Amino acid sequence: MKLRAVRFGFSALALAALAFVLPATAADKIDPVADAKAFKKFFYDKFPKLKPEDFVNGPYSMDEGLHRQWVEKEQFPPYEFSVEAGKEMFTKPFKNGKTYEDCFPNKGIGIRQNYPYFDEKEGKVITLELALNRCREANGEAAYSYVKDEMAALTAYMAYTSRGKPFDIKIPDDPRALAAYEQGKEYFYSRRGQLNFSCATCHVQTPGERIRTEVLAPALGIMNAMPIYRSEWSGMGTTSRRFVTCNSQVRGVPFNPQDDEYRNVEYYLSYVANGLPISGPGARP
Amino acid sequence: MKAKLVLLAALLTAGSAFAASEADYKAAYAAAEAANKEAGQLRNQWTTTASTLAAAKKAADAGDFDKATEAAKEAEALAKASIFQATSEKTLWRDLEIR
Repeated sequence: MKLRAVRFGFSALALAALAFVLPATAADKIDPVADAKAFKKFFYDKFPKLKPEDFVNGPYSMDEGLHRQWVEKEQFPPYEFSVEAGKEMFTKPFKNGKTYEDCFPNKGIGIRQNYPYFDEKEGKVITLELALNRCREANGEAAYSYVKDEMAALTAYMAYTSRGKPFDIKIPDDPRALAAYEQGKEYFYSRRGQLNFSCATCHVQTPGERIRTEVLAPALGIMNAMPIYRSEWSGMGTTSRRFVTCNSQVRGVPFNPQDDEYRNVEYYLSYVANGLPISGPGARP
Repeated sequence: MKAKLVLLAALLTAGSAFAASEADYKAAYAAAEAANKEAGQLRNQWTTTASTLAAAKKAADAGDFDKATEAAKEAEALAKASIFQATSEKTLWRDLEIR
C-alpha cells in the first residue's frame, strides 16, 4: 500500500513537472458548441465504422459479438419490469391526489431528452432524478433513494417514453450556466482516487478496450441510455449510481448523489451528446 | 549479577526507543486525520485513506501501537497524495481534454 502511494507520488510529480515544461494551453473562453463538435469528431474518427446513433448503445456498439448479444437481449430486456413499475408509479396519485404528471411539462411524457437543464432562478443544474424527488417532496412525499429501485423505475419509464428523441440540452446565456458546464467538464477530465483515473481515462482514452472482462463504453452517448440494468449489479441503476460507483472503483470517496459535481458532469456529458437519440433504459453487462 | 541487570535495563531502554507508544499513535493519527480533512475540503478523499485510518484505530484498540502508528503514518501519506492530486489536477485536467 505504502509502495503504491509512493509510486503515485512519483508519477504525479512527473506529471506536474511535465505540465510546468509545456506551454499553458488553458482555454481562454468557454465554448460549448466547439467542445461538442470536437467531442463528436473525436469519437467518430476513433470509430469510423459506427453511425452516430450507435454510440448510445455503449459497449454493445464496440464489438460485433457484443452487438449480437444486445440484439438478443432486447428481445426480453431485463429493464422491462422496471419500466412497467415506473409507469404504474408515475400515474398513481400521491396522498394529496396529485401525480408526477402535475410536476412536469407534457405530463412528463417524452421529455427526458431535455434533462438536465439549468434553472436560472436557482442558478443550478436540475437533473431528472432531482426533479422527481422535488416533485415528491412538494407533494408531501418522502424522497426516494437516488441510486436504484423506485428512482430507477421512474426514470426508466420517462426515458422509455422519450426513446429516439435527440438530446436537446440548453445552456442559457447565463455565466452561471457556463460555469456549471465548465465545472462538469473539469470534473470529467480530472483524475481522482488512488488509482489516479479520470472519467476520461476509461471513456475517452480507452473505449472499446477491456478492464478485466468489461468492455468500456465511449463517453459519447453514455447518458442517452440511462438508467441502466447492469448484470454486474443484478438490477437497475440510475445516473447517480453510475457516478458513485465509478468514483468508488478508482478508490475515490464518492460524493452524495446530486451533489453539484455530479449534476454538472451530467450536464456536460448530456450537452456534448446533443442530437443523439435517447436509448434509455439500457442494459449493460 | 549487577552487570547483568545493567545490561537488561540497557536492552529494555533500547527496545522501548523503537516501540511506538500510545502517544506516538495519537500524534500520527491526528496528523493523518488533519490531512484527510484537508483532502475533504478539496473534495478529493480516497477510500484507501479511510480504510487505513480504520485499520490504525483497530490496531490501537487492540493495544498494538506499533501497527497502529505505522498504519496512521501510511494514512497520512495517502491523504497527502490525494491533496497533491487535487491540487495538480486543477490545471492538469486540460491535458486530457478533447479539443
